[in-house]
Amino acid sequence: MSRRSRSTSGRVPLVLLLPALLGLAFLVVPLIGLLAKAPWSTLPGQLFSAEVWQALRLSLVCATAATVVCLLLGVPLAWLLARGGLPGRSVIRAFVTVPLVLPPVVGGVALLLVLGRRGLIGQHLDAWFGISLPFTTAGVVVAEAFVAMPFLVISVEGALRAADPRYEEAAATLGAGRWTTFRRVTLPSIAPGIVAGTVLCWARALGEFGATITFAGNFPGRTTTMPLAVYLALETDPDVAVVLSLVLLLVSVVVLASLRERWIGGLR
Amino acid sequence: MVRRTAFAVLAAVAALALAGCGDDTPAASSSSGSSATPTVSGTVEVFAAASLTGTFTQLGKDFEAAHPGVKVHFNFAGSSALAKQINEGAPADVFASAAPKNMDDVKDKGTPTTFVKNTLEIAVPKGNPGRITGIKDFADKDKKIAICAAQVPCGAAAEKVFKAVGITAQPDSLEQDVKAALTKVGLGEVDAALVYKTDVLSAKDKVEGIEFPESAKAVNEYPIATLSEAPNPDGAKAFVEYVLSDKGKAVLTAAGFDAP
Repeated sequence: MSRRSRSTSGRVPLVLLLPALLGLAFLVVPLIGLLAKAPWSTLPGQLFSAEVWQALRLSLVCATAATVVCLLLGVPLAWLLARGGLPGRSVIRAFVTVPLVLPPVVGGVALLLVLGRRGLIGQHLDAWFGISLPFTTAGVVVAEAFVAMPFLVISVEGALRAADPRYEEAAATLGAGRWTTFRRVTLPSIAPGIVAGTVLCWARALGEFGATITFAGNFPGRTTTMPLAVYLALETDPDVAVVLSLVLLLVSVVVLASLRERWIGGLR
Repeated sequence: MVRRTAFAVLAAVAALALAGCGDDTPAASSSSGSSATPTVSGTVEVFAAASLTGTFTQLGKDFEAAHPGVKVHFNFAGSSALAKQINEGAPADVFASAAPKNMDDVKDKGTPTTFVKNTLEIAVPKGNPGRITGIKDFADKDKKIAICAAQVPCGAAAEKVFKAVGITAQPDSLEQDVKAALTKVGLGEVDAALVYKTDVLSAKDKVEGIEFPESAKAVNEYPIATLSEAPNPDGAKAFVEYVLSDKGKAVLTAAGFDAP
């Protein structure tokens, strides 16, 4: 018993350590490439330009709004997949992952075909309510939510399936209704899964490029998020593109690290 | 954006791998077999601007038919991305750029030759639902307008046109390339976009073109050149000659390009 616990918690087996370090290097080395290429001398001047702040603020606002949309729709969807007892569940799950497989630009075109001015639903939105989503900030949120939602749904569904259903059954036998059981028992027990999914979802939304530029277009202050600004900067001035990328990376790392500590810390 | 950088790296790696497997033996045989008349063999790696996709694919097939045993591989992308890949050491034989600036960015190359010109045209959805009449409508706030971002060649050309006409454009979107602008016209999401004549022709079942005289103020020249580091210099030379030949010109002008 004591020997077993030592071997699992003490030294990491070499078979795991080597690929783990290789994997870490694979993820981190490109970042070092960015850092090495960054034009440190002109960096401050470029950092405090109005365009950068505008794009950064828009990115943060849109990614956060998209994450809220994903939480409101995605958690119930994950519950339906894990607990709903639906027929053809594996098919539905496959459809949920479509935005993961679809090249984001194609996802953007698909959104245009449905929600665009001539789209299946969009034409009615336009005619009846005068709502037109393309080329608006709301359009950015829609595009980001479309691409990011699967990350949340899959994480939350995994957490739900791993959670012990006996607690829910116990709550039910004690007279709790299904909604109360979901709110007071299920949600707290899968909170770490929801946090993990939310983080993934937000990060994916923040970096979203293809669907956004296709569905919402690109206009400074309205739909130009950081990834779009980076892409266009790359066309003319790669140095600026590197600076913008670093800003986006730094902000996302700070936000994720601080929030994660708070959320997970509070749950323990 | 990290993902996009990764894509560029992947593309470069893929190009390397492709060239690596295709070129070894043919390059050796061509250098040993070349005497007075260079025999063309092996594969020719052509890096060409995205707007040349249709015409160059056709030219590649014709070239392969004219030179049995030769394969032409294409890498179509934005000219600036291609210039970057070439400067980072991608094994290209020929570079055909949509703008002289991107050609200038490439360091080691032969003398570039302008092989076609492309002029801007207004693209509107079939039936012209936004009732666009001319370039002046681009200053109308109530019309949905897409133009290319100033950072890409078609956007720079558009700015020149607006300056020549003396209007301030009121675009709803600054697209990342000309095909993205064309897509939005094709789907009817915008009333008009400023694209190239060749793009209007390539999507003629979905969009209509409106010509305007001021387009003469922003004619885009396409240069082509062989590259100094070309793994297959004879093939590179032969392909450039083919593009500049009468047969090559016929294919290009049929697609809407103007002769230089």
